[in-house]
Amino acid sequence: MRLEGRVWVYGDHVDTDAIIPARYLSTSDPRELAAHCMEDIDTSFASRVQPGDMLVAGENFGCGSSREHAPLAIQASGIACVVAASFARIFYRNAFNIGLPIVICPEAARAAETGHTLEVDLETGRVSNRVLGVEYQAEAYPDFMLELIRAGGLTPYTKRRLASGVFDRLRGGADARAAGAGP
Amino acid sequence: MSQTLAEKLLASHALRDGAPVPEEARRAIRAGDLIEVAVDVVLANDITAPLAIREFEKLGVETVFDPTAIVLVADHFTPNKDIASAEQCAVMRRFARAQSLRHFYDVGRCGIEHVLLPEAGLVRPGDVVIGADSHTCTYGALGAFSTGMGSTDIAAAMATGATWMRVPETIRIECSGRLGPWVGAKDLILYAIGELGVDGARYRAMEFTGPVIDGLPMAGRFTMANMAIEAGGKAGLFAADRITQAYLEAHPPASGASIPESLSSDSGAVYESTISIDVSDLEPQVALPHLPENARAVSSIDEIPIDQVVIGSCTNGRLDDLREAAEILRGQQIHPDVRCIVLPGSPQVVLEAVREGIFETLIRAGAAVSTPTCGPCLGGHMGILASGERAVSTTNRNFRGRMGHPESEVYLAGPAVAAASAIAGRIASPWEVMA
Repeated sequence: MRLEGRVWVYGDHVDTDAIIPARYLSTSDPRELAAHCMEDIDTSFASRVQPGDMLVAGENFGCGSSREHAPLAIQASGIACVVAASFARIFYRNAFNIGLPIVICPEAARAAETGHTLEVDLETGRVSNRVLGVEYQAEAYPDFMLELIRAGGLTPYTKRRLASGVFDRLRGGADARAAGAGP
Repeated sequence: MSQTLAEKLLASHALRDGAPVPEEARRAIRAGDLIEVAVDVVLANDITAPLAIREFEKLGVETVFDPTAIVLVADHFTPNKDIASAEQCAVMRRFARAQSLRHFYDVGRCGIEHVLLPEAGLVRPGDVVIGADSHTCTYGALGAFSTGMGSTDIAAAMATGATWMRVPETIRIECSGRLGPWVGAKDLILYAIGELGVDGARYRAMEFTGPVIDGLPMAGRFTMANMAIEAGGKAGLFAADRITQAYLEAHPPASGASIPESLSSDSGAVYESTISIDVSDLEPQVALPHLPENARAVSSIDEIPIDQVVIGSCTNGRLDDLREAAEILRGQQIHPDVRCIVLPGSPQVVLEAVREGIFETLIRAGAAVSTPTCGPCLGGHMGILASGERAVSTTNRNFRGRMGHPESEVYLAGPAVAAASAIAGRIASPWEVMA
């Protein structure tokens, strides 16, 4: 899957309060979240971002809170992919779970400037900076993460597995209880 | 076949095709392995539960995997701070009732989740706990593997009783020496985060060991484990010991207060690295804006006038913390230019603080004492900062805009420095204000 877009570049330790301030967490409506994405560090982002654009950042992108509203706001704003030198742990999980493509590529992240165009191939991990004319190799995803991406996120993946019965033992009498059977 | 505590905790819950893996396979599990684990407790709050519930409803099951394993706490934007928050709480409340959840805590009976759960006996040593809140790592203080995740992960776990995890490497933090007067667990963890950096423990379990840790009361252990995430940590672990045992006896879990055997790292366990801290010369710390890693000795900080002090939260909202603040505020007056807001961690903490006369001390000094809520910690309500204002806070994060206006500043500290600063009207150390 190949993505190409104009990039917005930010620095290290862009935290979840910067991505979506807590004052907007009374909603989980993607459009409302998108309207306030990156507000406290770049007031121009939300109004100027175009669908297909990409975010580029330094180390530890998405640090701080576990709020899924953070990758949701980014996804809802039209961002197609986030390329960073490294990701905070919970943000990394959340992004895969909601189907927001993220790529770990320190060299590409450090060289890019706002306004450049990046092309990203999610299958091969090739990242190309169209303006600089340089190609980079991103870190490969673990197989499990690729499965999640192909499934469309954690929810469709989990739904399929639940239907297969693999969690029946853990669910114990949950389904029987629901049907009104048992004590 | 030596394993770290983190490896053991996850291995003991490892699944293959929905069933526990055999003993031999468990002992082979090591850092770096991607495994599926059974979970004992699944937690969410009023800002993360609505998303989780929405995703849960797409999974094709009517009921959660175990209604006694899910814990929902209305603590962030509560008592309902506005219509939007009220609607979110309503979603959570409806779900709790529909699923007959045993552990649903609403306004009046709820506390700040990471103070409440251990007090209510909901986490045991050896448990695997996941929560839709990054400070879920707090329960590592009890010798549980406990970590924060997003709402979709929590939805999947509510339905399946399991989650996927990469087994983390462990960074050992060895603490020796003696803590001086007015120097406590918050100062120690701020110092450690300063040494590690905000991503120095990214994806790692942080394991706290050494004589200082062995003697640290539970309140201090919760404070330290709470802030593991601020160094990027996946978990903040303490081996369960006699102090843990005593805590469990005072706050018994449903299945009893006994500690499973062998809940500590094996002697041959492989650590990624070890940091040794001698606390004998450790001063009270203050983390300057806008990163928790900006820890400095309080004596090194020049005159910085402040507008607000927050004492409490999931980091320092336990009785020990309020006692410490009260010791400093007793008979003193909070500076006229400072608003001091107290956020006790739970109804139990409130009752004990009332009984001990702590609330009277705080109120007479001029503090505003709140019902348990996360409130201003994340810029929600109950004490938001205006442009240019500064707060000293016993909370856990000071990113730009965390407590209000992007042009406000948050200085993180322990209860003693927070109380002293409230009196002085500027960042101050306890001995500056004590006679």
